[in-house]
Amino acid sequence: MIARRAMTALAALFAAITLAPLLWMVSVSLMQPGDAGQFPPPLIPADPTLANYRELFAAQGMGAFLVNSLLISTLATVLALLFTLPAGYAFAKLRFPGRIATVQTLLALLLIPGQIGMLPLFLELKAIGLVNSYAGVLVPWLAGIVGIFLVRQYALSIPDELLEAARIDGASEWDVFRHVVLPILRPAIATLALFVFLGSWNDFMWPLIVLSDHDLYTLPVALASLGRERAQDIELMMAGSVVTTVPVLLLFLALQRQFIGGLLAGSVKG
Amino acid sequence: MNRAGIRAERRAGWLFSAPALLAIALFFVLPTIASLVLSLTDFDIYALADIRNLRFVGLANYGELLGDPLFRTALGNTLWFVVLGVPLVVTVSLAAAILVNERTVAWRPVWRVAFFAPYVATLVATAVVWKYLLHTRYGLVNYALGGLGLPPVDWLGDPRWAIPAITLFVAWKSFGYAMLIFLAALQTVPRELDEAARIDGAGWWARLRHVTLPAIVPATGLVAILTIIAMFQLFAEPYVMTEGGPAQSTITVLYLMFEEGFQWWNLGTGAAVAVVLFVCILAAALLPALAMRLWRARRT
Repeated sequence: MIARRAMTALAALFAAITLAPLLWMVSVSLMQPGDAGQFPPPLIPADPTLANYRELFAAQGMGAFLVNSLLISTLATVLALLFTLPAGYAFAKLRFPGRIATVQTLLALLLIPGQIGMLPLFLELKAIGLVNSYAGVLVPWLAGIVGIFLVRQYALSIPDELLEAARIDGASEWDVFRHVVLPILRPAIATLALFVFLGSWNDFMWPLIVLSDHDLYTLPVALASLGRERAQDIELMMAGSVVTTVPVLLLFLALQRQFIGGLLAGSVKG
Repeated sequence: MNRAGIRAERRAGWLFSAPALLAIALFFVLPTIASLVLSLTDFDIYALADIRNLRFVGLANYGELLGDPLFRTALGNTLWFVVLGVPLVVTVSLAAAILVNERTVAWRPVWRVAFFAPYVATLVATAVVWKYLLHTRYGLVNYALGGLGLPPVDWLGDPRWAIPAITLFVAWKSFGYAMLIFLAALQTVPRELDEAARIDGAGWWARLRHVTLPAIVPATGLVAILTIIAMFQLFAEPYVMTEGGPAQSTITVLYLMFEEGFQWWNLGTGAAVAVVLFVCILAAALLPALAMRLWRARRT
């Protein structure tokens, strides 16, 4: 019983240290400007205020960045699903020449980090005229190989007889995909959507490269740029960090079973 | 199945995969190959204005990089990140996984979510938070050190401490993911084996050493490889926390690629940096597997 208590206490202490930076971020964001810069560092706002958030949204245009981030992440999610779901299913279940070779090639491509091609991709998009636009930010999310394998992995478990039965009933390949496969794939769809949404929300390097117009900035890019101008304003920067990361933290909390379950399933199978 | 059905399935196979394959070819494969080509040219701001200024220079960019002290600093820094980061991430994530997997611990799902939260949080936002946590005078880290009677450290301002400081942040940010890998491995340890050892009188430590640890050796390798790869891809961390400073002590390979390419528009040099980065990551991913295979072949 004592061992049980001790282990639980250890886990709680570990968790408290892990969460401390995030809790401190929220706490400081509610302090009066200048209050955090004292010694000893205050942990709780002495005189809580929303002034930092007001400053962010009224003077720094945080509302526009929030809208940019929401739009880009939503579009990235929808587009990634549109491109990935049919491909993942086709690679798992449809028999067509070249399928095995394509799957093996894609598997090898997984070893290549996306950053390697960033400079030429920038030049390519510049030539097409997509630099400094939402479309430019979204482009890498169309080419998500990991997502294809996530869907393929899940689709492999669909019994062939089910598809055959639908075909014998006269369903076209599209009908089979739309009405038989997609409903079964629902858990994979949810996991993939969550990954892409969080990934595109948190992405920094590519939006930083592709967006030069301040008005188009996503939250991380805007926050990094604000950090270079207002480094001394700890409370303001913490409020900016809250606005940037709390939406995805809440999303994760709401769907954590899905998220951790998806990751665990992937790593067991892989 | 009839012939028309087979044809329909073939056509659907290509139609369903074509959009994704086209996007991968255009926005992933093509740029990757173009990076190799670009690294053999002197593509710079003049070529950006007028492509006729472009010249092939062979391996000159690579030669220049080898002689560039900044490039060697970036490589050295990245190696230092790896040396510090791999043991740290392995230790912390394994400890977290063992705690979360231990049946005697209450509220395990709660701790699991807590340990995982930093991994989902936005990198830039948490890097900003840590920049202030590590503040010499007002930061909580130095305050805690002071409580232990230790002198304050100028974490991000002292070239000797900047890399350990950023490594600390990276480990905090990413150990939750590594924990899941360990957790998946731990769950493959048969409960009966653990029970049998317990009945035979093996203590907690003995069971950990002889039952649990052997089962997670492959997971440790995987976590180490993934951490090495992640360390080679550090960019936002130094960009936000130190801007590569102080005195370029935290500039990474990817940071150098960004600066060469998008700050100075030396895209040829930047592409050469990208290719070197690629070779390093490929080596980190493939060499351990190769070594393991050789080692097994020699033992059998």
